[in-house]
Amino acid sequence: MHAAMNTPPDRFDAREASKWFFRHGHTGWLGLRFVDQGDNWVELELPWREDLLGDASLPVLASGPIISLMDMASGMAIWQASGTFNPVATLDLRVDYQRPARERASVKGRVECYRRTRSAVFVRGIAYDDNPDDPVAHVAGVFMTIGADPRETNPALRSGGDE
Amino acid sequence: MSEQLELPAYARSLGIVLTGSAEGEMPVLTVDFGSMVEGRPQRFHGGATAGLLENAGYAALRTALIAAGRDPQLKPINITVQYLAAGKSRTSFAVGRITRLGRRNANVTVEAWQDDRDRPIATAVMNILIV
Repeated sequence: MHAAMNTPPDRFDAREASKWFFRHGHTGWLGLRFVDQGDNWVELELPWREDLLGDASLPVLASGPIISLMDMASGMAIWQASGTFNPVATLDLRVDYQRPARERASVKGRVECYRRTRSAVFVRGIAYDDNPDDPVAHVAGVFMTIGADPRETNPALRSGGDE
Repeated sequence: MSEQLELPAYARSLGIVLTGSAEGEMPVLTVDFGSMVEGRPQRFHGGATAGLLENAGYAALRTALIAAGRDPQLKPINITVQYLAAGKSRTSFAVGRITRLGRRNANVTVEAWQDDRDRPIATAVMNILIV
């Protein structure tokens, strides 16, 4: 009767998830694209678009869409690190702008999930246009896990790396 | 009050508009719920909420600068957004308050809410460079 428990659910994979995440809603409207991933990080791209400008006098992306990019990359980095697609809620997200993005440049956002506790998850990352060593912004965020503790429903995670 | 105030392309294409009403002389901005702002099903995406907050912050600062007869360029230094409650599938509002307006920079606090003005769904603090 617990046959499902013998088959661990598929591990969350940001590359696969991107195929349907970015089809609709806010991230679909922004046109976010998957770039790359690691064990605990995800990199996404926000393409340059004329109607996302923040200032009529400059052909530079507004900072709002960059927050959306980093918020989404944060969530996906958390799912990538935990291996499960458990809902998380952003508590606090801080963006320190280093310089404007270059004219007509798309912006990439790379976020790593560097610490997970039972309830709080911490991320940090950068937004950059062509050189990760010369970022457009640094980002730090704290998320809360919501819903069930993943270890209650997925025995495969009981001996896992959470905490 | 807001004849000289114009929202940027990003705000317009996301559907953020001035309500025409004000709070403490500062313009109240609003965005309807729809697919463009949706994250989890039937909830605002955190990025869309941040976009509303940020635009309300700039609109407040612009309003204060216009009142002071200044028309400088503004550059973001940083923004910290606190998410207090999920943004549900209904209209959101936001208004900024100038905590400090200096010669070279400003500190602006912003609140966003939905049905109940006294129960904000998110707040932000922004430091903005004035050039």
